[in-house]
Order: sequence, then C-alpha cells, then structure tokens
Amino acid sequence: MEFFRIKKDIPFMSYGKITTSISLLTFLFAVFFLATKGLNFGVDFTGGTVVEVHYAQPADLVKVREQLATVGMHDALVQNFGSSHDVLIQVPVRQDISGAKLSEHVLEGLRKQDASVEMRRVEFVGPQVGKDLIENGALALLLVSLGIIGYLWLRFEWKFGLAAILANLHDVVIILGFFAFFQWEFSLSVLAAVLAVLGYSVNESVVVFDRIRENFRNMRKAGVAEIIDNAITRTMSRTIITHGSTQMMVGAMLLLGGETLHYFAMALTIGIMFSIYSSVLVASPLLMMFGVSREDFIKPEKTEAEEVLP
Amino acid sequence: MNRYPLWKYLLILAVLLAGLIYTLPNFYGESPAVQVSPLRASLKADGALLERVDKILKAAGVNPEVAALDGNSVKARFADTDNQLKAKDVLASQLGDDYMVALNLLSRSPQWLSGLNALPMYLGLDLRGGVHFLLQVDMKAALSKALEATSGDIRSTLRDQKIAYSGIGREGNVLVVKFRDAEARGKGEEEIKQRFNDYVLDAKEADGEFLLQAALKPEAERRIQDSAVQQNLLTLRNRVNELGVAEPVIQQQGADRVVVQLPGVQDTARAKDILGRTATLEVRMVDDEHQITPGAAAPFGTEAFKDRDGNLLLVKKQVILTGERINDAQPGFDSRNNEPAVHINLDGVGARKFKDATRESVGKRMAIILFEKGRGEVVTAPVIREEIGGGRVQISGSMSTVEAQDTALLLRAGALAAPMEIIEERTVGPSLGADNIKRGFDSTKIGFIMIAVFMIAYYLMFGTISVLALGANLLLLVALLSMLQATLTLPGMAGIALTLGMAIDANVLINERIREELRNGVTPQAAIHAGYDRAFGTILDSNITTLIAGVALFMFGSGPIKGFAVVLCLGILTSMFSAIMVSRAMVNLMYGSKARLAKVAIG
Repeated sequence: MEFFRIKKDIPFMSYGKITTSISLLTFLFAVFFLATKGLNFGVDFTGGTVVEVHYAQPADLVKVREQLATVGMHDALVQNFGSSHDVLIQVPVRQDISGAKLSEHVLEGLRKQDASVEMRRVEFVGPQVGKDLIENGALALLLVSLGIIGYLWLRFEWKFGLAAILANLHDVVIILGFFAFFQWEFSLSVLAAVLAVLGYSVNESVVVFDRIRENFRNMRKAGVAEIIDNAITRTMSRTIITHGSTQMMVGAMLLLGGETLHYFAMALTIGIMFSIYSSVLVASPLLMMFGVSREDFIKPEKTEAEEVLP
Repeated sequence: MNRYPLWKYLLILAVLLAGLIYTLPNFYGESPAVQVSPLRASLKADGALLERVDKILKAAGVNPEVAALDGNSVKARFADTDNQLKAKDVLASQLGDDYMVALNLLSRSPQWLSGLNALPMYLGLDLRGGVHFLLQVDMKAALSKALEATSGDIRSTLRDQKIAYSGIGREGNVLVVKFRDAEARGKGEEEIKQRFNDYVLDAKEADGEFLLQAALKPEAERRIQDSAVQQNLLTLRNRVNELGVAEPVIQQQGADRVVVQLPGVQDTARAKDILGRTATLEVRMVDDEHQITPGAAAPFGTEAFKDRDGNLLLVKKQVILTGERINDAQPGFDSRNNEPAVHINLDGVGARKFKDATRESVGKRMAIILFEKGRGEVVTAPVIREEIGGGRVQISGSMSTVEAQDTALLLRAGALAAPMEIIEERTVGPSLGADNIKRGFDSTKIGFIMIAVFMIAYYLMFGTISVLALGANLLLLVALLSMLQATLTLPGMAGIALTLGMAIDANVLINERIREELRNGVTPQAAIHAGYDRAFGTILDSNITTLIAGVALFMFGSGPIKGFAVVLCLGILTSMFSAIMVSRAMVNLMYGSKARLAKVAIG
C-alpha cells in the first residue's frame, strides 16, 4: 500500500505568499481572540476550589445550586461533568473561609441534601500557588524555545532554528487561540500538552530541514526553491503517516481518556494538525525569507571534509 | 552489510529479558495487606516483631498469605479485605500504642521477583486515590518568633549585667535597644556581641538617644527558616503516623513549602484536623511521695502519665511552664563530663518561672510532658541539681546521644515552629482513581491496536517489525518506570500513549527511506542499510528537540505534570533504542544473511 506516489515535486514555495498570508490571518485571529476573550484559566492557575461529586441517580442541578446557596455558596458554579450523574462544583477563592475548609463545607452541605453523594475529587489551589504555576509555565515555555533554537543552531544554522521556532510558536498561539475562542478550560495538563507539542512539532521542521540540507549537497544545480520543494515533497508521505499514527493515539485519548485527559488530548490534536501545516508552509517560506543558501552548508575549501552526513 | 555481531544480538536480548522481568510484577495485581511499623526510634521491626505478629494473627484465626519483614515494618498479605480488616483490628488492639497498624496493598508477585527488586509501578494519588496537600510555612512568623525570643534574652542579659537601658523595640527585622548614654551603650554592645553572635550590631544616635541596632545575619536568618521547616516536617511526620497511613510522603518543596501525600485516605476532614492540630508541652513536678500502682486512681492533686518506656509516673497537677516558653532545644554534650545532654533555651518569662521553681525543689524530679490529642506522655523526668537561672537549661545523665537527639526533637516538635497553611489540596476518591487507570489503559490499548493494524497493512513485513519494536518500547518503558519506582500519574499514562504515538515516527522515517532507495533502483540490502543509516541523524535530531521540552517540563512542572515529563523523557530514550536497535536486529536476522535478496516486503 502506498498513499503518496508523487512523481513531480509540488511547487510549495511558489505558494509561499498565499500560505504565509493564510497563516498570518489565522495567527491574527488567534491573537484577537486571546486579547478579547482571553483564556479560560482553570482552578490550577486562578486559585479556588473544585469539587467533583457522583450521585447514584441523575443529579438535579437546580436543587444542588439551591442547597449550596443555603450554606452561603451563592457564587458556586454548578454543572454536569461527563454524565448526568456527575456534578462539578467550582467555587472561587474566598476571604471568609480558608480554602482548605471550603471543600468540607460544600460536601457537608451536599450530604445534608442527599447522603448518597460520593466525593470523586477535590481540588483546592491557593492564589499564591496559581501565580507560581503561571510563572513556571512561562519559564518552561521560554526555556523550551531557547533550547530548541540553540540546538537547531548547533545542528544547522541560526536561520533554521529561528524559522522552526517561529513556525512552532505560531502553532502554540493558534492552540491558545482555539482555547480562547471556545473558552475551553486551560489547565495545567493543557499547558503540558502545549509544551509537548512545541517539542513534537519541531520534529517536523527538523525532518524537512534535514532533507533540505541533504539536497543542498546532492542537488548541485538546483535553485533554493527547487531544493526546498523537493525536500517537502519527499518527506510528505512520512509527515502524514507519522502524524496520522500519533493522532490515532491522541484520538483514542480524546475519546476514551475521560474528562481529565480530554482537553489535554484536544490541545495535542490541534497542535498536531497545525504542526503539519506550519512546518511545511510556514517554516520553509520563512527559511527562504531569511535567505538560506548553499553557502550556509558548503563552506568553501577545507571545512567540507569535516562535515558528517546525516 | 546488514549483520550485527553476536554480542549486539545478545545485548538486545539481555535488555529485552530484563525489561520483561521488571514489567512482570505489574501483571500480578495487588492484595490487601496490613503493615505494622514501630512508632519509636528505639523500637525496631525485626524477627521478634514478625513472630509476635504471626502469633497474634494465628491466635485470632486470621491466616495471612505471606508475612514478611520489609524495611522498618512487618507486612502481612491477605486473601481478601475481610481478613485484612479483621487482622488490622486484632493487631491494633494487641500491639498497643507503640506500633502503627495501617492498611496497605501488597503486590502478589512471587518472591523471586520481589527478591530482584522487581516491583510494580508506583501509582500516583490520581490513580490510587488519596489526598495531596501543599502547606506553606509562614517564614515571617518563624523569624518574628526568633526575634521576640532574642529581645527577651537581651533584656534579661542587660538586667543581669546591670546595664541601664531605656527600652527594646523592633523595627521590621531589626531589634533596637535604647540607652541613655554612650558609656552604657558601649558596655551593652560588648555584652550583646559576646552572647548573640547571630546578629550584626550597629551603634547610632537619634533624637538625643543612644541606639544600638541588632540585625539578624543573613545566614542566621536562613538557619532559622531552615530549622523551622525541619521542625514542622518532624511534627507533621509524628502526626501523620497517627492517621495510620501506610506510605505517607512528607517532603520539603522549595524553601518554605511542605508536601504531604496520604495515599488511600478518604476522610480529608480528619486528616486536616490532625495536621493542623497544636500539641502542647508542660513542665510539672514529679510526685515522688506517693506510690502508683497500675489501675489504681491517682492520689488527690496528682495525675499519672506513662513515660516513653511505658512506666507510670505520678505528676503534680500544677503546671510550672508550658511549651510556648521553650524557644529551642538542641542535643549536645555536658561541658563538664562530656555526657550527651539536651540544651533547652527558655524565653524571659519562662526563665524567671523556671528559676523560682528550681530554687524551691533542688534534688526533686521534674517532668516534661507532651500532650497530643488530649493524652499526655512524659518525655523526660530529670532530677534538679541546682537552681537554674538565665533560661538556659541542660538535661543530662544516663542518656545516649540518640536519646538526647530524640528528646530534643520531641521538645521542639511539641509545637510547630511556624504556622502553616494549606495552600493546595487535591483529593481523588478511590472510584475515580480506578476509573482513571481504566481510561488510561483503554486509550493506550486502542491506540496501539490502531497503529499496529495500519503499520502492518501499510508496510507489510517492515510494518510488523516496526510494531514489534513498538511493543518492545512499551515493555522497556514500563520496566524502566517500575525499576525507578517513578510515580505514575494519569498525565503519565497519557505520556506513555503519546510517546508510543511519537515513537512510531522513527520507524516510519526508516521505512519511507528504504522505500525511496528501492525506488531509486538500489538493491534491497543496500536500501535497508541506507534507510537505517540516513534516517538515524534525523531521528536523533527530532528526539532531542522533544527531550528538551521534556526536561523543561520536568524542571518547572509540578505534581502530575512532572509525572508526564518523566515518562516523556524516558519514553524518548527507550524509543530510540527499540526503533533503531531492536527493529534493525530483527531486520538483520530476517534479511541480513541472504546474499541475493531480490525483494523485501515493504509494500
């Protein structure tokens, strides 16, 4: 079986203007939604209390809300979670009750109404922890970006490192844009997924760049655009198959992993989809824009002997 | 050209075998067990305790499947939870307060596996259920407590040395002593410098007053904060013991935070109560005039308490001092005869009271009693040799260094050094934990099957080899996680699935390369060689970039995210090995020996 038996190279670089404009547009949309709607930060970041409970029979949310109001939790957010038996209660940080006590308070109130209620999960995060998590998240993002640029610089050339990281940060912004647009909860595990995508989708650019470098050495007469087109065309089959395989795993997680893994898998899915696009249609045009040339690899005279073929 | 030397095959075989052995324990599952651990440093879990546990269980008619020593505890495994609960009740009532009896789960894997240190993966709280607390130690309070204590000490020193001063105040973290003239200040400075070497002194004049500013040295500040955290850790440990949790985790995190993890605990209200409780210390006089017999009521005006060895001691009801007056207690040595001793430092009020009490009772015994959950225990009951002033008390005589350390710890551990606040709580019920395991397992299984079917259909024999290599990857990853006993969380399980999905990339790269070479007219043997050779650099590059992300996540992630990062990093390492070495070995075995290979099954 073979899906991609492409005889002629596809002239991706000649679409450069169109694809760059498309990605610029999506990017701007993502930034727009991030700016106007903002991310719906989960309790991990904002601080507050989340209580997940399970009822033997389908839960009556109105009653649960009323019951919580009688114990002074007017600002509690009550919603179904996964099934009609499961209820998720979110309470923001409060001044009058210390956070650790709050969950007891909520559970006690609910037990008064229905003794069969089962505690599934309690999460309380103090505001000082949330601040730390945001800081650490930002630091991790910075470290990953710098690490990748540094490594690609070492292995290739600064132009490649910069092109790859720009393309992938573009993916990250688009993932965040999706989360802002749909107001999906942005939790700690989503952040982990975003960072994993950053590491993962750089792979994509690396594979294409590797080919570009190889082509620069082998296709002595070809122009830069031709070389890049050839590299993308010949790695396309691998790109689609690899991402397809990864997506099978992530898809299984998305559908079977339950609520906790749902948004984690969602972030990965969006990341995988866009990383195919961006590594081919963003990173490579950027590389051309930075003016990559044969001289970047084939240094005149003696350095050539030292170079190791990948 | 596609042959491996024999040692390479053997190496791969050995690695896979080791992987299999260390993965095995995960398949045996776990049985309910009871864990008995001694609560005191002086008691050890040894053969004698094992025998005792065995005897008690036999007498009660609950026979364990296995009972064995494990570290500093005795663990007994049972066929079902009924027997487990029965055993726990019997053991708890017969062994008394000196041992903690906790419910636990023990792996059913056979002895020879446990002997190899092959254990099942260590499940995180989100998979097995339990409570996670993050507590913040109030460092400001710890410092201000230390400063208050010093200001009291300075006051009594100046008074003792008859140096006139007009007041002591505190401005932030600086103590300010006011003197009437420069002469008194000079004397005071000398005296203070001699005794309080944790402070930097600075003389100043303002509004006609002669001031002496004492600022805490940075290293002393750090030491105070450090010991505050250490002391709180110890107190928490003592308290958690009471909860009867089999494998609690109590750890310092960062400079001023403490993590407490209690697997299997559902009653979070009780856990919070016990963690937040304040214990108190009391100093009282021992009543040596009356005799006490076990079971009899204590004479009027006295109370009976057990000491650390279980002997009853009659103590007067009148309290001389409470633990709040103790600033510090450190183990050390008696300066006269070099015997191990405990040095206690009392605050100003305490020192005065102590002086009065000891003056009247030379030759009598006094008891230091620790009260926790309404029950008192005599920590130590030394004889008063002389009147003790100045707030520096030394307890010595017939003590080993270990005992001195224990006593000092207990004297300090009575109360928290600084208040703590719960700033994060994550509780997962047991049903959700079980659900999480099932979900994580199911999605990995389905994902793996889908990838396998696709790879075999698309790449035929090479696809099959890729899938086998992916299986080897899973095996090695699980083995590595079991071996390192890294905590497996739900994001960690997601990490396993994700690394498998990503690991196939290496094989796809290789297979695509081989196909391409074949299409260019290269012979199958050369194509296989070139495919593996050329793809290697790309595989390395792409894995290293993911590794960078994994390491950053590990450094900055917390809790479950760290679990994900660990799996991601380990998964990259195992996938490099399996995708390149293991699959190559299989290809070599299959095709390498055929000199005239006309066709390979790669689709």
